[in-house]
Order: sequence, then structure tokens, then C-alpha cells
Amino acid sequence: MSPLIWLFALPLLGALGLLFVPASRTVLIRRIALVITGVVAFLALDLLSDFDAAAPGAGGYRFVQQIPWVPSLGISLHVGVDGINLGLLVMGALVAFAATCVSREIQQRTKEYYVLLLLMVGGILGTFASLDIFFLYVFHELALVPTFLMIGIWGRGEKRGYAAFQITLYLTLGALVALVGLVALYLQSGLATFDLVKLTEHLAANPIPAARQAFIFPWLMFGLGVLVSLWPFHTWAPLGYGVAPTATAMLHAGVLKKFGLYALLKVAIPLLPEGAKLWMPWLAWLCLGNILYCGWVAMRQRDLNLLIGNSSVAHVGFVFLGLASLTVIGVTGAVVVMVAHGFLAALSFALSGWLYGQTRSLDMTRMGGLLQRLPFAGSVMVMAMMAGCGLPGFGNFVGEVLVLFGGWKSPVLICGGLLDFRWFVAAAAWGALIVAAVYMLRGIRTIWHGDLAEDWKGVVDPAGGWRKMPFVLLLGALLVTGVWPRLLTDRIEPGARRVVEAVEASRPAPNLASGSPTP
Amino acid sequence: MNASLLGPELVIVGLGLALLLLDLMVPPERRRWLGCVAAATVFALCTYFIAQSGRTGEVQTAFGGMYVLDGLAVYFKALFLLAGGVVLLLAVDWTDHAGHAVTEYFVLILFALAGMMLCASAHDFATLYVSLELVTVTFYVLTSYQRDHVASLEAGVKYLILGALSSAFLVYGIALCYGAAGTMSFTELASQSPALAGSKLFQLGMLLVLGGLAFKVALFPFQVWAPDVYEGSPAPTTAFLAVGSKAAGLVLMVRLFGSVLPDLTLKWEPLLMVISGVSILYGSLCAIPQRSLKRLMGYSSIANGGLLMMGLAAASKAGSAAILFYLAGYLFTVVCAFVVASVVVQRLGTDDLTALAGLHRRSPMLAASLTLSMVSLAGVPPLAGFFGKFVLIRALVEQGASFPGWYVLIAVALAGVVISFSYYFRVIKAIYWSGETAEAPPLVLSPLVQAALVLCLAGMLALGILPSFVWEAAVAAVAGLRL
Repeated sequence: MSPLIWLFALPLLGALGLLFVPASRTVLIRRIALVITGVVAFLALDLLSDFDAAAPGAGGYRFVQQIPWVPSLGISLHVGVDGINLGLLVMGALVAFAATCVSREIQQRTKEYYVLLLLMVGGILGTFASLDIFFLYVFHELALVPTFLMIGIWGRGEKRGYAAFQITLYLTLGALVALVGLVALYLQSGLATFDLVKLTEHLAANPIPAARQAFIFPWLMFGLGVLVSLWPFHTWAPLGYGVAPTATAMLHAGVLKKFGLYALLKVAIPLLPEGAKLWMPWLAWLCLGNILYCGWVAMRQRDLNLLIGNSSVAHVGFVFLGLASLTVIGVTGAVVVMVAHGFLAALSFALSGWLYGQTRSLDMTRMGGLLQRLPFAGSVMVMAMMAGCGLPGFGNFVGEVLVLFGGWKSPVLICGGLLDFRWFVAAAAWGALIVAAVYMLRGIRTIWHGDLAEDWKGVVDPAGGWRKMPFVLLLGALLVTGVWPRLLTDRIEPGARRVVEAVEASRPAPNLASGSPTP
Repeated sequence: MNASLLGPELVIVGLGLALLLLDLMVPPERRRWLGCVAAATVFALCTYFIAQSGRTGEVQTAFGGMYVLDGLAVYFKALFLLAGGVVLLLAVDWTDHAGHAVTEYFVLILFALAGMMLCASAHDFATLYVSLELVTVTFYVLTSYQRDHVASLEAGVKYLILGALSSAFLVYGIALCYGAAGTMSFTELASQSPALAGSKLFQLGMLLVLGGLAFKVALFPFQVWAPDVYEGSPAPTTAFLAVGSKAAGLVLMVRLFGSVLPDLTLKWEPLLMVISGVSILYGSLCAIPQRSLKRLMGYSSIANGGLLMMGLAAASKAGSAAILFYLAGYLFTVVCAFVVASVVVQRLGTDDLTALAGLHRRSPMLAASLTLSMVSLAGVPPLAGFFGKFVLIRALVEQGASFPGWYVLIAVALAGVVISFSYYFRVIKAIYWSGETAEAPPLVLSPLVQAALVLCLAGMLALGILPSFVWEAAVAAVAGLRL
């Protein structure tokens, strides 16, 4: 059995098993969840170390396993990793473990909480392990109900009900629109299979007519875009993360949200190359909305979580830009940003969660001087914020620089040789880094420096190695990816190259005489 | 003559008559066992049909072609028996608390069940009308069964008046069809199908027939009764109405439009699309402000009728198979919701959503069942509702390749599903985090209710996680359609 199956089966079985533990045994329940996510994190790291040794199969995937599910519809549970989802899986597993560690703050209804948490973790890891489009989608949807319930039950403040509904409706809308696109792609391929590897091979040889591609691609682009908070469909994200319990925000902003980007990279772009060429310039413009507008919005926030949420939406813009560039370097950079941003978002929300646990408020105007009382949490948060504005040494810098190079080299942004937008896009993205520096440094000043207010004399730092561990783990991961980027880029690059080559190799297929010429 | 095919229906009717006789001899406090016996018999017959579903290839007819037993009929009979069995379990529990004369309630359910099974086999306008009337007339009594309950009586009267109206539509339509075609037999109608699709008179007749059937499925513009009747009727009746009566209308539609008159179906595609689109929007939008769980389910039933109708409008085997699968999932899901509604109404005296507050503490099983049922209705994996919606959307997108207008219907369906999340999840919110009152006593469930819930949950999960078996059965069942 492929270790990938254990990666998502363990949390799901764990969730099932927890149902049979009496709700009063809260310590036991928490320990079970910790052990399961710990084992999963260990398995993921083991996967990383074994990756180069494993023999690559079809499409460059390793640790492949396929189990038929509904043969007549061509659906099977097919798992496998290449460099792209390997990074996301390792990141997801580490974030899941850290999220379980910081869930100590949950004191009420712990059994329900850990069942939902494990369900969410299983869904997240299953998504990134799947090579079958149907399961890719199903595992993502599996995490929807836990997200809704966790925000509603354990969320903060009066707006949590509103936020829970907003996030659910937005995510459902995005997922359904994407589902229509996926089904159209499945039917149009004529292969009657949801198997990503077979579809990629088949469609490289027999591409879908360009007019159909141009019709199907926006369903995927906008559907998945809503899931990843593409501007102007991003409004659910800051508010949802602002009120969500710490672990949910970490898992959703850090890992689950990457699903849309991952599906865009793995499904939409290589299978619909002509559609991608046509629509990617639009994506490049929209992602400037994320990078510039949401960065601008983040500058005006008074609530720390809304600041982190908006900056997270802004960072996602870099991933979109890297994908839209359709260059090897840009796509590689996009994947690095996905991984690094996962660690960063999780770390930021974990820290703001600790802060909230101490102060019961994240209103930055009431804070100040907290570094005196929270030297550890404060220093980690300062480092996280530095990573957020793209300081070298952290993984985000590597990714963002590669994305900027990719954007500069991108052939997509030259519109018919008449207008060259490359310099504009690159300059705008560069400007966004300055905006990020402004709000991050301002955040550091208002929260950590200055005089300590009387209210906060009682706050305490995470004490002991066990409490500090999740923060150290995530910060360490950010630093490792920052100082040793080849750990990621060497493995991502072949996968990115395959995607880009699939697009470059595509020639507009003649429209079939039979069938409708226009969608 | 091949009357032995009618055996299962005769067993059900005979069981009903036997229960009426036994009712005279059994003391009142032990009459509940009659219901249990009925449920056990129905489940036994159901397993017989599920075992039968393997050999769906052969088509057998009886009474000169008025009655047919093919794959479609076997699939739907298994569905009806399953629904009937769970509803009988629920009915025993309900009558335990309602304190009425019990046996006739079980017997009426059995008679309605027999009518539904006949619907599945109807192959002549006469059989169609008679079997449908057997269902409808029985439901007049079942809806108004709580005689001391004004809401129940009101529901009964509404169902009676509108049901009679729809029966009139149906019978007038049949008369016009007979006038145009000169026959009521589906076999002969099928042979004249291309010519009939061009006849104005026949089309008018079929329009009225469609209206009569749309009443059963609660489709626009014959949907007004659903919320009132769902709200007022006893919960077991509502459950059977929501699943059985809807499926009876649908099996007749699938047979008429898929097997008998495929040419007319292709011609009427736009009409069917409009009906399904408007039903989805009407049901979804009206469900948003509802406060009562049963009433909300009434509007949700209209929206789901519209979703099912999409499969018919697709006029393809994939669409019809999707209807069959969706209905199987819908059965478990909706019955599960009404089992919970029944217990809640009995114990708390109201099915207002605010009464659900704190249910997760009073009875984790009820809370989890209702949550999973709502999640399945919304269409979230890994539950039955998701795979049902998936195969429906697939059937629609398949048609979209030939006619882009389908994408409008797809967009309407997506809008409906997104709206439906807001009200299904509002129920979940009401259970888990609405304002909780003081510590309420736990609700203890009777073994019958527990059995019904476990069965429904197992069905929902099985159809969601391992859909292969039922999906293949649905595909095999529609293999005989002429689409």
C-alpha cells in the first residue's frame, strides 16, 4: 500500500475512532489527535526523504497506487506525488500537526472539535495526494462542513455566524462552478476517465478544439479562483479567517486554499493549454487586484487577524501571477510561494491565536509594548512579518523573486506584439512588496513596541518546549525553505517544466467539422 | 396471462386486509406488533426485489400488456418497499405516542405502497390512472389522520381539493390522448410515437397528463400544496409523501417520456427545462425564510423535484439513470430528516427551528442524523446527495455540448444549490450553535427510531462512499428506455 493512502486514511479513521471515545475523556481525545497528526507529519517527512529514491512511474509520479471505484464512470482512487504536490503534502502535514498542537485553547466540546479537525486534515491531505480529478474534488469538499461548524461553534465574536455562512456559500459556489468545468472537460476528452495521468497523456496527443477549451477554461479559472480568493471574489477570506478558531484558520488559509491553485496548475493549464493562453492575461490583471488592492486594504486594518487575512489574500496574488506567466521559472516560483505561504499563514494565525488567548482582543489600536511581556511570541511574530514582506532568508522571498523573474520573461503578457505589459506587471508586483513592508512594519510597531498598556500586564508567553514547538516548527520550515530552496525547487522544476511544455507544445487544434463550432 | 407477476402487490394488499382482520382480535396495547410484522414483511419483499435486480434484462408483461415488469419497475419497486418499510417503523413509533387507533394507519400505508408498486408497472393509461388514484386517495386519509389537530385537517383538505383537481387534469388529458391515438396501451402508443408527437390534440392531452403527474412530484406550477401539506401532516405521512409519492410520479414520467413517447420528449425539452428551472428557483428561494423544519422540507422538496426533472429534460439514458440514483439517495436522506422531525414534534411539541437548539446535547444521534441528512441534501461528499447531484450535472453537461441553452439551466441549478446551502446549513446552525436555553433533559430514542435512523444513515453513507452498486443498477434499469 502506498504511504500516500495512510496520509489521509489515518486522520479519517482517527475521526471515526474518536466517535467511540466518551466525550468526558478530553485529555485522551486530544492525545489521540496529536498522535495521529504527529504520525502523519512523520510519514510526510519520510516521503520527502524517500522521494528521490522511489522509481518514477507514468507522468513522473511516484508512490503511485490505483484502486477502482466506479469503473463505468472511469473513477478510481488514484494517488501519487510529483515535486509539486510533494511540497504541498509535506507542508499540509506539518501545518496539521502544528494546528493540533495549538488547539489546546479549545476547552468546550472537545470531542466534536477533534473529530472535525481530523476530518478536515484527512480531506486536505487526500486532495493533494489524489491523481483522480473526481477525488481531488471530493476530498476538497469533505473539508467544507468541518470548516462551517468549526467557525460557527468555536469562532470568535458576534460575526461568526455571518462569516461561517459567507465562507460556505462562497466556497460552494466556487466549487460547483469548477465542477461543471471539470465535468465538461471529462466529457469533452472522450476518454471516459477522471484519471489525471491518462487525461494528460491523451489530451497532449488529441487536444480539445480550441473553441471548446476557451469555453471550459473560464469555468475552471473563475470557479477555482473563488476558492483561492481571487480578486474581486476575495471578500470571504479576511473575515472568515478573522473569526475562525486558530486551527481552522491555519489549515484553511495555509493549506486548503491552495487546492484551487493546485487544480489550476495540475488540471486546467496542462489539459486546456489553448484556453490557458487565452485567459491567462486576464488572470494576470485580476491578480494585480489581489496584490495591490488587498495590500492597500491590509494597510487600513485595525484588527490583527484582518491584517493577516488581507495580506494572505495579497500573497495569493503572487501565486496567480507565477501561474499566469506560463514560464518554468514563474510556475516553480508559484509553487514555492504556495508552500512558503502555507507555513507563513499558519504561523501568523497560530501567533495571533496565542495573542487572542492572552488578550481576548486583536484590536491593534489598544495594543503596544507587548514585546516586554511576550519576548518569544513577539520575536517569532516579528520574523513572520518580515517573511511576509519578502525578506531574504525566508521561503517567501525565494518564491516571490522567482515569480517576478517569471513575470518579466512571460510571453503571455505581450499582447500580440503590440503592447508589452511585462514591465507594468513586474513593477506593480514590486510595488506591492513595498506596500507589504508598510503594513507589516506598522503592525510590528503598534503591537510590539512602545509603552505597555495597563490591561496587558498579565499576559504570558508560551511556556515550555511543548507549547513553543508548533511555532518553532513552522518558523523552522520557513527558514529551511528560505536558506535551502533547492530542497523544493529541484523537485518542483520537472513538474513545472511538464506543465509549461504542455502549453508550449500545443498548437491550435482545428475545430471539428462535426459538433458545434461555437460553445 | 401472467398474473403471477402481480404477486408482490397481492402480498402487500393481502397483508393490509389481514391486518384489518387481526385488528379485531388483538388487544389494543399489542397492536403495535402488527405494524412491526408489516414492516418486516415489507423489508423481506424489498430484499427479494434487490436480489431480482440482477436479472433486469427480461421484460415480462401481464393482463394484455397493461402491466409490465422490467428493470425500471423492479428498481422502483425495491425503492418503494424500502421507503414503505422505514415509514412503517416510524409509524409504529408515532402511533405509540399519538394514541389513536393504530392498525388502520399501517394498513393505509400498505395500500399506498401497493398503489406505488402498481405505478412502477403501469403500462397503460388505465393502469396509470387507477394506481395513481389508489396512492392519492389513500393519502387524503393519511394526511388528515390527526383528526383533533387543525393543521392536519387543513393539510388533508388542501391535499384533497388540489389532488382532485390534478386527477381531473389527468383524466381529461388521458381522454384527449385516447381521442387522438385511439388507444390507451403504452405498447401501441409507443409504436405510433413519431406521428403522435406531431398531433396537436395528443400534445394537449399529454400536457394535461404532465400536469397531473407534476402535482405528484410537486413541480411548478403544481407545487403550492407541498409546504402546507408537509407541515400539517403527521411526520410518517410526510416522509412517505415526500419520497413515495414523488417517486411514483417520477417513475410514470420516466416511463411515459423515456420509453413510450421519446419523440415528444425531444420536442418538449424546452418546456421540461423551464419547469425544472422554475421549480428549483421557486423552492430554493421560498425555503430561505422558513422557520418550521417540515415546511422547509416542503420547499426543499419542490427544489429537489426540479433537480430531478432536469434529468428527465436531458432526454438521455444518463439523465434517467441519474434520476434513479438521485431518488435512492433522496429516499434515505429525506426519510432520515422526517424521522428526526417526527421525534422532535412528539417530544417538543413543535418543529420550529429554534426548538432544535441544544439538540446535540439532548440526543447526539438525532443531531448527527439531521446534520448528515441536511449535508446530504445540500450535496456534500461523501454522502449520497453529492453523487446524485454529480451524475445529474454530468447528464446536463453532456447535453450542453449540443445545445448551449443547457448551460442556462446548469447555472440555474447551481444558483439553486448555493441557495439551498443557506437554508440546509441554517438547520445545522440551529442544532449546534443557536442560543441555548437552560439545561434540557436528554431525549431517549425508542429502538424502532434508532433502527430507522441507522438504516437511513447507512444508506446515505453507502450510496455516497460506494455508489457503484446502485449506480450500475440504475444504469441497467434504464437500459430499456428508447432515448
